[in-house]
Amino acid sequence: MAHERSRPAAPLSAKILLWVVLALLYLPIAVMLMGSFLEVKEGQVSATLHWFVEVFADDNLMGALKNSLLVGLFSSVLSTLLGTAAAVGLYRSSSRLRGVMEGLSMVSLIFPEIVFALSLLSWFFVLKMEMGLQTVIIAHVSFSLSYVMMTVNSRLVTLDSSLEDAARDLGAGEWTVLRTVILPLLKPAIVGGFILSFLLSFDDFLITYFVNGVGQDTLPVKLYTAMKMGVSPKLNALSSLMFLMTLFVLIFLFRSPSFYVLFGESKKSRDGNGSKEKENL
Amino acid sequence: MKSHGPLSESHSRISLAFPTLLWFGFFILVPLLIVAAVSLATRGTYGGIEWTWTVENYSRAFSLSYLGILFESLKLAFLTTLSCAVLGILMSWAMSAAPASHRHFYVCAVALPFLTNLVIRIYALRVFVGYEGPLQVVLTSLGVSFDPFVLSQNKFLVFYGMVTTYLPFMVLPLYGAFEKFDFSLVEAAQDLGAGPWKILVSVILPNLRKALTSGALLVFIPSLGEYVIPDLLGGAKNMLYGNLITEEFLKSRNWPLGSALSVLMISLLLMIVFIYYRKNGAKHGA
Repeated sequence: MAHERSRPAAPLSAKILLWVVLALLYLPIAVMLMGSFLEVKEGQVSATLHWFVEVFADDNLMGALKNSLLVGLFSSVLSTLLGTAAAVGLYRSSSRLRGVMEGLSMVSLIFPEIVFALSLLSWFFVLKMEMGLQTVIIAHVSFSLSYVMMTVNSRLVTLDSSLEDAARDLGAGEWTVLRTVILPLLKPAIVGGFILSFLLSFDDFLITYFVNGVGQDTLPVKLYTAMKMGVSPKLNALSSLMFLMTLFVLIFLFRSPSFYVLFGESKKSRDGNGSKEKENL
Repeated sequence: MKSHGPLSESHSRISLAFPTLLWFGFFILVPLLIVAAVSLATRGTYGGIEWTWTVENYSRAFSLSYLGILFESLKLAFLTTLSCAVLGILMSWAMSAAPASHRHFYVCAVALPFLTNLVIRIYALRVFVGYEGPLQVVLTSLGVSFDPFVLSQNKFLVFYGMVTTYLPFMVLPLYGAFEKFDFSLVEAAQDLGAGPWKILVSVILPNLRKALTSGALLVFIPSLGEYVIPDLLGGAKNMLYGNLITEEFLKSRNWPLGSALSVLMISLLLMIVFIYYRKNGAKHGA
């Protein structure tokens, strides 16, 4: 491709800076990972998996893990269903509703987390809802909905409408088209949106901290409380496990469209459909 | 409008969006209105809300000490945004000018910390600079003495934490813009004898303006309301607006005052977003 040839190198200073920043970003994480595999006994440093065993033996932490998984699963199923339905429903509609929805999803994307958290807390208080995992789930759905909508929408706009037209010409009704043509084509985006909202939920600290019930901490909240007491190899092990999970999910996410929604890389330059469109122009 | 496919004629499909609309209304819009209402209410004896209307919360929110904290937070948010912009432009230039296969690696490398839990990243940073951490070991072996407590709780560390946390929000939009950028313009400028600095200012920057402003919003807005980073890296002395609001809500249980403070912060942010859109809109019209 033509534009691939003409990319003159960036100045050396920019390249050095890139590597220095990446090194600074990863150095603490590397130290943390190392710390979780090391044991110091009488001045002797040895490799060990001891700290990981301790993490898994800690009922408190395992309870928090269970809460995190429960909240993550429920909230991502719910936000995937709602977000996909909204994206499909509003796609190509010129109704006013679309503008309203876009505005509201903008609000949820750009407002500071702290405002989100305390506004939900006040609302639950006014509604006299008891704080617990259910309020955490509601909060997590509210902030991940927009991400699912964005992910699904980015796939919708690349769909070839002639496929639907063909199905209609063959006599398929609206719902049949949706079920047999559109949804299967959207599958990668839906899966991506699901993973993304699970990750957002699993990683959320601040909003959970505000709206969770007493004794129903998720893993990040537990980590935050434990960290106030100081650092320890066991916390290193817990953090390392959570980091590795994110790494694993990122590798999976990299293949899905949500990656491109989040990280701005132009999908078209890599996508088969996109280049076909370019040729037609 | 592009194409009016048969899809646009269907009215039944739009009903699919109603549950989500209700959810948004009930759990995003109404809660924001509640905050506005609470900010005008009175604090109950035991920390609840009494619906007696008052503007007293606002007169307290505008008191000098609270405005001072707001100013500190604005300053830090501004410095963070500026640093992220400078680093982001140079980093995304280097990323986008790399060969195609390297580019994916760089995007992943920048995205991974962004997807990693904030508490974990802060934790790692504390391990790094903390007592008997690598920084202390290196500095002591170099003969520099220091107090690890001072090192692990200060303003600079908060700033460092903010920049490293929000950098991806700047780098990724800028990288997206660079991806679409026509690099032959750089070549042409090089042929005409321009140096890297000149190329950056007069060829590249004008093309990045949109990504730069949206990146700036993405960095500025969350850093103004940040709670976790100053709380865990700043120590008790470094109170910022996010911490102030959280204290009012969770510790003093003075929700009306906390709400008034957040309404103030939201209004400020809305003003900034409004100016941003007006400027951008004007450019589109021209």
